[in-house]
Formats: sequence, structure tokens, C-alpha cells
Amino acid sequence: MWTWFHKLGSPPHFYRIAGKLAPWLGGLAAIALVVGTFKGLVLAPADYQQGDGFRIIYVHVPSAYLSLMAYVVMATGAAIGLIWRMKLAHAVAAACAPIGASFTFLALATGSIWGRPMWGTWWEWGDARLTSELILLFLYLGYMALRASIDDTNKADRASGVLAVVGVINVPIIHYSVEWWSSLHQGATLAKFDQPSITGDMLTPLLINIIGFTLFFGAVLLIRARGEVLERERHSRWVKRELLGDSAVRENIPAGELQQ
Amino acid sequence: MSEFLAMGGYGGYVWSSFVLTAIILVFNVTWARRRHAAARLNVARRIQAMEDDV
Repeated sequence: MWTWFHKLGSPPHFYRIAGKLAPWLGGLAAIALVVGTFKGLVLAPADYQQGDGFRIIYVHVPSAYLSLMAYVVMATGAAIGLIWRMKLAHAVAAACAPIGASFTFLALATGSIWGRPMWGTWWEWGDARLTSELILLFLYLGYMALRASIDDTNKADRASGVLAVVGVINVPIIHYSVEWWSSLHQGATLAKFDQPSITGDMLTPLLINIIGFTLFFGAVLLIRARGEVLERERHSRWVKRELLGDSAVRENIPAGELQQ
Repeated sequence: MSEFLAMGGYGGYVWSSFVLTAIILVFNVTWARRRHAAARLNVARRIQAMEDDV
């Protein structure tokens, strides 16, 4: 187990294992999302208060959950990178940001679409849940802008890593915002383990889609992290060997260069 | 079928949410794949340029 872990920490092994794992995660994600969405749109009964409008939950809650999970993975990667100076951890953290940002946007957008018929407004500025989720989007964008503004990868890793770790304070704020402040946003649906406020027919599709989103995140994260690792390891021998075996790349390099 | 599409009057809200989600999912996969392919190409070109110097 330990050796396996150690191996995964080495860039060439990570690059290969990630390349093999990503299609599997992607395939499983696709199955889960098709099943979960079908169950959610067709088989789940309408809500007694919100009618069919509640079905937005099947994309809104998974995207909001993923916006937070991606941030926790990003901050964890950044912390490991800062503490143990592990470049691979920084690469994974950097790969999280654009995915997290896109799902934060999706959570805000689907929430806004859901809010219009249920609350009578697209957006409410004093609302703690909405505002803290918007701050999450700015944290992701700030992280990406900071990285883009620093040419030296090591310096970019350190500066953006500190931002990611400090910003993690926003995660519990988002989670508990509906309890700490009075909010338009409804209370927790799932995070009450003794008694979730949702019935089985409605709950199952939600759980399946949350699993689907998580698998999807894993697949996209691996693809992105592979790109990050390759850029960082561009001077190493394994990258050279790896790329010379790639026909798509070879076509872009004049023949003869590859014979050496 | 049209009843299903109407979503009890919430059709516009429900379907726009699901379509937007599909767009974000496809966008993520496409963007990540392009970045990875671009990284492969960039690094290969740099390796080639270095070997040309030798």
C-alpha cells in the first residue's frame, strides 16, 4: 500500500495511472448521470409544495456540493504542496480550480433559475448562502488569475497555494450559512443523517447524481492534472520518451527528429 | 409527452437548468482534453527546439 502510494507520487506513474483511470471514471460518471437524471425527471414524484419545479434539485445540489468538494480538494492539494513541497500536489490543486469555478457558476445559475419561480427573485443580495457561494466563485477566479500572473511555476504554486488554504474558511461558512443567518434559501435536505427531509423516490436520484458528479470531477481532474504534470516535467527524460511515442504529436514534428 | 415537457408550468426553469448543466459538463471535458493535448504539443515542440540547438 505504502509503495503504491509512493509510486503514485512520482510524476511518470501518476501520468500513466491517471491516463488509464480517467476513461473509467468518465464512463461510470456518464452511466450514473443518465440513470440519476432519468429517475429524477421521470420517476420521482412531484413535490407537494413546489410541483415539478423541485426537479432542479437534481442538478443544483450536486453542482453546489461539487463546488465545495473541488475547493476542499484544491486546498488540501495546496496544503500538501506547501508543507511537503510536493509538486504533484500543487499540480492537482491547480487542476481543480477551473472545474470548481465552472460548477460554482452552475450552482449559482441553477439556484437563480430555481429561485425565480419559488422566491420570486433571481438574486437576493443580503442572503448569506447566495453571497458566500458568490465569494467562492471569486476565490476560484482569484486563484486562477494569481497563477496566470506569475510566470515562475514554483512561485505561482506557493502564492496561489496560500490563497487556496486561507480561502477554505469560506467552505464551512457556505455550509452553515442557512443555519447561522436567516435566509431565503431552504435548509439542508441531506445533511441531517437521522432524518433527511426528503422521501426515498426523490432521494435516490439525487444521491446517484451526486455520485455521478463526483466521478465526473475525478475524470476531468485527472485529465487536467496530466496536462499540468507534463508542463512541469518538460525537462525530464520520461516526458521525452512519453511524447516520442505519440503519433498525434509526431505528426507535428518533422520526421528525422524522432530517429535520434 | 407535452405534459412531461411542460413540467407542471415550470418547464422553462427545469429544462434551462438541465440544458445549462449539460453544457457545463461538455465544456469541462472539452476544455480539459484540449489543455492536455496542447500541453503535449507545446512540450514536444520545446523538446524538439532544444534538440535542434544541440
